[in-house]
Amino acid sequence: MEWWQDLTLIWTGIVAFAIVMYVLMDGFDLGLGILFPFAGRHEDRDVMMNSVAPVWDFNETWLILGGAGLFAAFPLAYAVILPALYLPLLAMLIALIFRGVAFEFRFKAKSSRYLWDASFHFGSLVATFAQGMALGAFIQGFTVENRSYVGGMFDWFSLFSLFTGVALVLGYALLGCGWLIWRTEGTLQAWAYKLSKPLFLGVIGFISLVSVWTPLANETIAARWFTWPNILYLSPVPILTVGLGLLFWRAINNRREVQPFLLSMGLFLLSFAGLAVSLWPNVIPPDISIWDAASPPETQEFLLVGMAFLIPTIVIYTIYSYYVFRGKITEDAGYH
Amino acid sequence: MDIDPLMLSRIQFAFTISFHILFPAFTIGLANWIMVLEGLWLRTGRDVYRRLSEFWTKIFAISFGMGVVSGIVMSYQFGTNWSRWSDITGNVLGPLIQYEVITAFFLEAAFLGILLFGRDKVPRGMHFFAALMVAMGTIISSFWILSSNSWLHTPAGFEIRDGRFFVTSWWEVVFNPSFPYRLAHMVTAAFLTTSFVIAGISAWYMLKGRFPEYTRINYPMAMGMIVVLAPLQILLGDLHGLKTMEMQPAKIAAMEGHWEGGAGAPLILFALPDMAAEENHYEIGIPYLSSLILTHELDGVVPGLKEFAPEDRPYMPIVFWTFRIMVGIGFLMLFVGAAYAFLRWRGRAFETRWLHWLSVAMTPAGFVAIIAGWFTTEIGRQPWMVQGLVRTADGVTPSLTAGGALTSLVTFMVTYALIFTAGTYYILRLLQLGPQPHRGETTKNARLDTGRPKRPLSATDEAIEPAE
Repeated sequence: MEWWQDLTLIWTGIVAFAIVMYVLMDGFDLGLGILFPFAGRHEDRDVMMNSVAPVWDFNETWLILGGAGLFAAFPLAYAVILPALYLPLLAMLIALIFRGVAFEFRFKAKSSRYLWDASFHFGSLVATFAQGMALGAFIQGFTVENRSYVGGMFDWFSLFSLFTGVALVLGYALLGCGWLIWRTEGTLQAWAYKLSKPLFLGVIGFISLVSVWTPLANETIAARWFTWPNILYLSPVPILTVGLGLLFWRAINNRREVQPFLLSMGLFLLSFAGLAVSLWPNVIPPDISIWDAASPPETQEFLLVGMAFLIPTIVIYTIYSYYVFRGKITEDAGYH
Repeated sequence: MDIDPLMLSRIQFAFTISFHILFPAFTIGLANWIMVLEGLWLRTGRDVYRRLSEFWTKIFAISFGMGVVSGIVMSYQFGTNWSRWSDITGNVLGPLIQYEVITAFFLEAAFLGILLFGRDKVPRGMHFFAALMVAMGTIISSFWILSSNSWLHTPAGFEIRDGRFFVTSWWEVVFNPSFPYRLAHMVTAAFLTTSFVIAGISAWYMLKGRFPEYTRINYPMAMGMIVVLAPLQILLGDLHGLKTMEMQPAKIAAMEGHWEGGAGAPLILFALPDMAAEENHYEIGIPYLSSLILTHELDGVVPGLKEFAPEDRPYMPIVFWTFRIMVGIGFLMLFVGAAYAFLRWRGRAFETRWLHWLSVAMTPAGFVAIIAGWFTTEIGRQPWMVQGLVRTADGVTPSLTAGGALTSLVTFMVTYALIFTAGTYYILRLLQLGPQPHRGETTKNARLDTGRPKRPLSATDEAIEPAE
């Protein structure tokens, strides 16, 4: 192994970190949008939106970091994956636009408020579903020739990607539910508690289904998981998932406030780890590795110098910003 | 014109970036303006500064939100529609864009929350610091994005291997030849744009006799910026043009409307350039003036479009006219600044109604000039994606179908039309309401002290639309 291959590993870690941050942070606020119309009272819906208003655009910035990180560190992956996912990404972008401006417009509108309510909900729902389908299509892989995607405009569409789409909708809703339990009180919190168990079961159900489906559809992935001694090393992933489920159940029963949110994030991390195991070391499934797609060392070095102290800085002011807006969000927000 | 994925992608890019640029162009200046108001409030404690800052912050919030969502589109569009370009230039431009995200976007997004919602949650000094960070974020963002854009016009610091770019000197990449000129020209344009908006709205209030205590502060500050920046911008534009003549002569030929280059070229004021006939119809010009401007000599030699092969020529009619729109507005701005300076000196700046009407009319001038300027420079670079090295036609995504490209183009157009209409409507409503005193100040502050976020991203705390 040459020295610069390690640099590629570092970059894989950074891009993976950005994606995980995005999924966790925007996940819960997209989840709020998914749950939004089902909350009983309109005061509750105001609280839901207020609870993320100061941070939503910050959360969404991780999505730009993921995209730009891919462009900088793995330009080939950027140039292949984005065209392959042209239509789902279009749907996601449009949905994010409608949802983002709803934060601005909703509280200014009166007669047309229902429009921005719808814009917030459907924007969140469509963006999430599109991301889920994109994930499914990514797992299934892309046809590449001569450094370009050569498949069709609809290759991303399959029964499998429909399933991953639904799975992500449930998953983000679960994160949103955890956030509500943590950050609200009263009827809204009670509602979130009630919702959390069925949502959790739904998410576990879909994770299991996708986990079984993926190796069945793909021999390489099956071999990765079910050969000795891999099966031994990898067994913690499913075992931890089960343990986490039990903890979640107990946390809900004991009316814990922070644990459900953290545990649902844990569930996402485990799924992400499982996915990484399945696809490693490919950045463009089925067969283009991180090293094939990496930008040259001079590019990776130049960027790493800045990242080394900027990423920690970003994490610090993320924490600060959440610290400033800590505490329960209640109804007396002064809206009419 | 063929309706193929290439042409559709070009139209889509032009459309989405023109839409997007309106918001940064406005928010760069506005963020700095809010920072100044916050600083004045921190220093003097005069309530009027705080109210003004809160008023402009509401407008900033809407514009910034629209800038964020239309900006996410930009960061994905490179890959979806221009995948060959992404692969070819990713080693060079990827890090610049990435640096923009990590140095600017996060800074803006994190401190924007505090600026909008944190006034009663953080100490006064911290709130000013948040305003400062947001303002700084907008400038840092301009730095990186204009560096990448300039590199496409004047590439430097690279070598080409296997048809892709590899960096040999990052310094040369970032500080490529046209970058300092473009950065100065664009940031000044952004400040001018905001100044004209603030001046126009203040003048409107003055004409209506509303908010005298605010307009006394707003109007002279905005006009003062115009007095300084309008002439500076013309100077910067001239320097930028000289650099362009050296690096991209075909663009200059198209801007000037010159088919035949040579000595003692006239400054063409009006013409209808004809690409097929390679000549201008109805040309009106001032002899020698173009040579004088571009070379500072009466018989200086300037480029002509015929010196370039037909397939290497930008489309002159658009470049020629957008350039004239931009320059025309630039001189109008200069006139407004001069008129204000003169009237101020005579002590009549607050009474002269025609000046106020002119200011109102000039409110959108900066936006128009910026769009026209970008059309000039970007269409002037065609047919090249990277000047002289990569053609636009070679950058498009090979797998993209006309149907796919048409779908996205139409979707973006419809979406942006809806969003833009709504955003403009809400901004106009806010302007109609004007700066508000704090109603029920004590009770609200008492509630704000309980440590909860009170407001949505917008800083208004009640509906501004009349109930129906």
